[in-house]
Amino acid sequence: MERVIVCLKPVPDPQAWHRLRLDPRTKTLLREGIPSIINPLDKHALEAALAIKDVYGAEVVLLSMTPESAEPVLRQALAMGADRAVLLSDKAFAGSDTLATARILAAGVCRLGSFDLICCGNFTLDGSTAQVPSQLAEFLGIPNIMHVTGLEIPDWGRWVITQKIEQGYVKLTAEPPLLLSFTKEANRPRYTSFLEILAAEKREIVVWTNADLKLDEGQIGLKGSPTQMADFIIRKKTRQGLRLKGSPEEIAQRLAEIIHQLGVI
Amino acid sequence: MDFRLTEREELLRKSTREFAESEIAPRIGAMEETGDYPVDLLQPMAKLGITGIIAPPDLEGVGLGYLARTIVLEELARVCAAVPMGIQVHHMAIAALNDFGTEEQKKKYIPLLAKGETMGCVAVTEPSGGSDVLGMQTSAVLKGDTWVLNGRKCFITNSHTSDFWVVIARTGEGPKGLSAFIVDKDAPGAKTGRVEHKVGLRGSNTGELVFDNCEIPRGNLLGQEGGGLGVALKTVSESGRTGMAAVALGILQACYEEAAKFASERVLYGKPIAALQAINFYVAEIYTDLDICRLLCYRASWMKDQNLRFDTESAMAKSYTCEAAVRSAKKAIEIHGGYGILQEYKVQRLWRDAMVTISAGGTGEIGKVVVGRAALAPFQKRG
Repeated sequence: MERVIVCLKPVPDPQAWHRLRLDPRTKTLLREGIPSIINPLDKHALEAALAIKDVYGAEVVLLSMTPESAEPVLRQALAMGADRAVLLSDKAFAGSDTLATARILAAGVCRLGSFDLICCGNFTLDGSTAQVPSQLAEFLGIPNIMHVTGLEIPDWGRWVITQKIEQGYVKLTAEPPLLLSFTKEANRPRYTSFLEILAAEKREIVVWTNADLKLDEGQIGLKGSPTQMADFIIRKKTRQGLRLKGSPEEIAQRLAEIIHQLGVI
Repeated sequence: MDFRLTEREELLRKSTREFAESEIAPRIGAMEETGDYPVDLLQPMAKLGITGIIAPPDLEGVGLGYLARTIVLEELARVCAAVPMGIQVHHMAIAALNDFGTEEQKKKYIPLLAKGETMGCVAVTEPSGGSDVLGMQTSAVLKGDTWVLNGRKCFITNSHTSDFWVVIARTGEGPKGLSAFIVDKDAPGAKTGRVEHKVGLRGSNTGELVFDNCEIPRGNLLGQEGGGLGVALKTVSESGRTGMAAVALGILQACYEEAAKFASERVLYGKPIAALQAINFYVAEIYTDLDICRLLCYRASWMKDQNLRFDTESAMAKSYTCEAAVRSAKKAIEIHGGYGILQEYKVQRLWRDAMVTISAGGTGEIGKVVVGRAALAPFQKRG
């Protein structure tokens, strides 16, 4: 059976962002007590997978590296129509940067077995690095297409992908297996029906720890992360007032100069 | 005692909120202007499970029960109360048919309602009033194998958007002289009358039903002959009051959000007005009312799900929540100052919508009669 893996990340609910704090030592987000939502672009990745399931009957498997407390978020994604979920959760994974995260996800994908497609969101709402999809594809040795706005599958061996580029769009053809990173233009995620919510209660969420993945602890978590945050600064937004004096012509002249100097025009 | 909602209930809330914000919010302007119910939303709502939430699964329903229904109605009303107003009455029709219908009647009508192929309604109120049920004058007389109905029903929610109506009519004298009937809108002599133009819940359809020698088959009697009062009271008390309360609860939630947001953003004297204690207290009062009402509404629905008697609790939830919604909307308007009475701001609609909930589904006063009776019962002298 065809298999589509959807990488999913629970991110802090924007409505609770005002309560978010940073750990002064590790410079990472303190997520405890902050409600999570499915990373918005991951929903578009999931919808793309479910659309394939609707037509081809592919199995849709969710894969997420997150603490076990994020299980309700996975349950919601299951209720959208995914078949099962795998949660990669271990204290050893904590503090992973994008490289270590991609390494852990790749190990999860390998343990799942064969697959045809991995769907990711183009970036996540919290980190916004957009690095994990490419790193994951690199670890797995498969092509990665970012900024996907459309996917057509005329036949299973030939996929037509629309990619957004700076000046417009390009159409690419690719053969599975591959990894696609979806933008919000790609589709409109379906609503979760109440019957699906009931059905999802019976769907499986398995937890794999590092005992299952057997990764070298020096290559995962904080220890295995080459990215170390040196410091963080909260950007201050201030307004500066400037009073110009002189005749209207002089003021206009001066104003034009300032606008030029600031590079506004 | 565990007050937390289950994961399932939280997901229902999330799913309904997403739907309401995306599909219903853009329609509010048109509803306010035309007063028309967005009937084309019935199918998407049915797909989600909203229309059939309390209908049994073997009759195309979801079978989730009343607490789930309250959460869903609340979430819809948070965005636009007119839509769940129609839905909660639609649920009343499902409840009446499920509680009193024959197997044949259930199979014929409930799947249509659960799948959102039509709306349902329950018609009790007449021009002479709704609270005085026994004073109703619409009559039904059996002639051979046909019931012949004559009379008029008014203030009927979904009157013009339903394909059939559950109608209570007089078949004899006294409390046992009322019976319930299923009337197809195309039955000879059945027609819809005027549509009411309400101050609030503009998008929910309210109107008249007229029966002029209306003929329906003998088999359209719902429940026992003479059992109409029971159909009306059970349906209004159980699904009607909990439904109306849930709609008012959603309005209250919206009042809180609008009031807190405006108070935090509007700057006077160099700081947000939320820092002024008079405003702060208003928000605190709205927030407290919201919590009280949520507990009252959830408890009443939960009792229904547990098959406990809950007529007092449903009346308490309905009368208290609807009044709390009105006073909270008024406070929210006051927090907004002059902006509060502008049509561009949501709070004026919340107040208009809340006002309509007071008299609908059993007036606030009737609710208090029920609660007062229960409160005094332990102290009343016998005989």
